[in-house]
Parts: sequence; C-alpha cells; structure tokens
Amino acid sequence: MLHLTTGRLGSLLSRRAVVALSCSSVKMSTHGHEVSEQADMSLPMYWDRLDTPLPDKPYQDTLTAADKSLKQKEMGPWTNLSKEEKLALYRLMFKATYAEMRKPSSEWKTVMGGIFFFIGVTGLVVLWQRFYMYPPHPQTLDDEWKAKQVKRMLDMRINPVEGFSSNWDYEKGHWK
Amino acid sequence: MSLPKPVMRGLLAKRLRFHLPIAFTLSLIVAAAFKFTVTEPRKQAYADFYKQYDAMKEFNAMREAGIFESVRPSGE
Repeated sequence: MLHLTTGRLGSLLSRRAVVALSCSSVKMSTHGHEVSEQADMSLPMYWDRLDTPLPDKPYQDTLTAADKSLKQKEMGPWTNLSKEEKLALYRLMFKATYAEMRKPSSEWKTVMGGIFFFIGVTGLVVLWQRFYMYPPHPQTLDDEWKAKQVKRMLDMRINPVEGFSSNWDYEKGHWK
Repeated sequence: MSLPKPVMRGLLAKRLRFHLPIAFTLSLIVAAAFKFTVTEPRKQAYADFYKQYDAMKEFNAMREAGIFESVRPSGE
C-alpha cells in the first residue's frame, strides 16, 4: 500500500536529516540511534483501503475542544450541520477520500525503470560470458557440416509428402 | 433513497444462457475450419504423393546416394 516513489524517498530522507540536525547536542549524545515513533501493532490501526470502507478506528483519536463540541453536535439531527462541519467530521474520521486513495502514482515508472536497468545489467553479464567463458563451437554447427547434413537428409527422403524433402526438386537438383 | 432490490439469484444460469450457445457455435466453427484447412488438404497431399509413387525407383535413388548400410551403391 505504501507508494514509495523515488521523490518521496528523497523527501523522507531529507526530513530525517533536518530532524537530526535540529536535535540538541545533549539528545544526540545520549541517543545511540534515531528513535522513531513505532505504532503499537497490537491495537486496532487506521488504514486507508479501497476494499475496507470502515477502518478499525477513526483517524483522529485525540480530539481538541472544538472537535469535541462538533462531535456533540453530530449526535443531533444532521440537517443542522453546515457543509464545512460535515467535511470536518469526515476528515476527523478518515484520512483520505476514495478519490484521493484512487489517485494514480508514478510508481510504475520506477518499477519499469528498475526492470529495464537490471535487464541491461544482465545483458552486459551475458556479453562478458560470451567472450570470456563460452567453450569453442561444436563442429556440427559449421556451415560445411550443415550442408552435408542437409544433403544426407534429402538422400534419405525425410518427410517427402509435406515436410522437408517435399521442398526439394529431385529432378532438377535445387529447392522448389 | 429507496433503490430497487438488486437481482440476487440465477446469475450463473443467466450467464450460461448467454454464453453457452456462443461457446458451442464457436467451437464448432473452429473445428470445421481446422478440418477444411488442415486435415483435408493433408489427406489430399498424401493421396497425390502416393498416386505417382514408384517404390523401387526411390529405393534405387537412395541406394545410389549411399545411405543404406545393408546394400551399398551398385558401383562397389
């Protein structure tokens, strides 16, 4: 589900670097490594999924006082809510709309680029192998041998009805 | 707000009613096409080949070419 394009990866890395730089020297010295916020996987989690319309918990847990009063108003008839209030309630419950979830990303460009790159690398490896690793050709692939092989097949009348020898004109001695 | 209830039953039967006749006719057409483009010409090709086939003549030609081990070309 994570659409990690190279652009977003770059911005993620730059954000981490900014955080690292802005940390005070005391914090930096006591922390052995960067402490990242890890979600508790044992509790219900929020997740935007096209096939699960109602995630396990609402998006915003911690409501401000304004949000709480809005939630109180939601308990009453919904015709009293204005359009902005309805949108605010939606955004409290969900992170992205269906339209936003379905938005196409540029991930396929990264994927195709990676595929072509590695096919290219493989091609270079195979090329190196052809020059430095392959043994000499067997003699059965020489043109002279193949010509003698074809002549023997025609002499034996291989597939004379519809196949190999049917294409050879025996009276005139050349291919039809 | 009150939408009509969607069709809940007989969906496979409806699909089969539509697709089975098409499937049958298409398979028959493909089989007939194969018969008349492949098997009939092939049978005719074999019939024509053996109509004018002289086994002894072919055998002697093969013998002279030197491919047999049991009977060598007549020159040796």
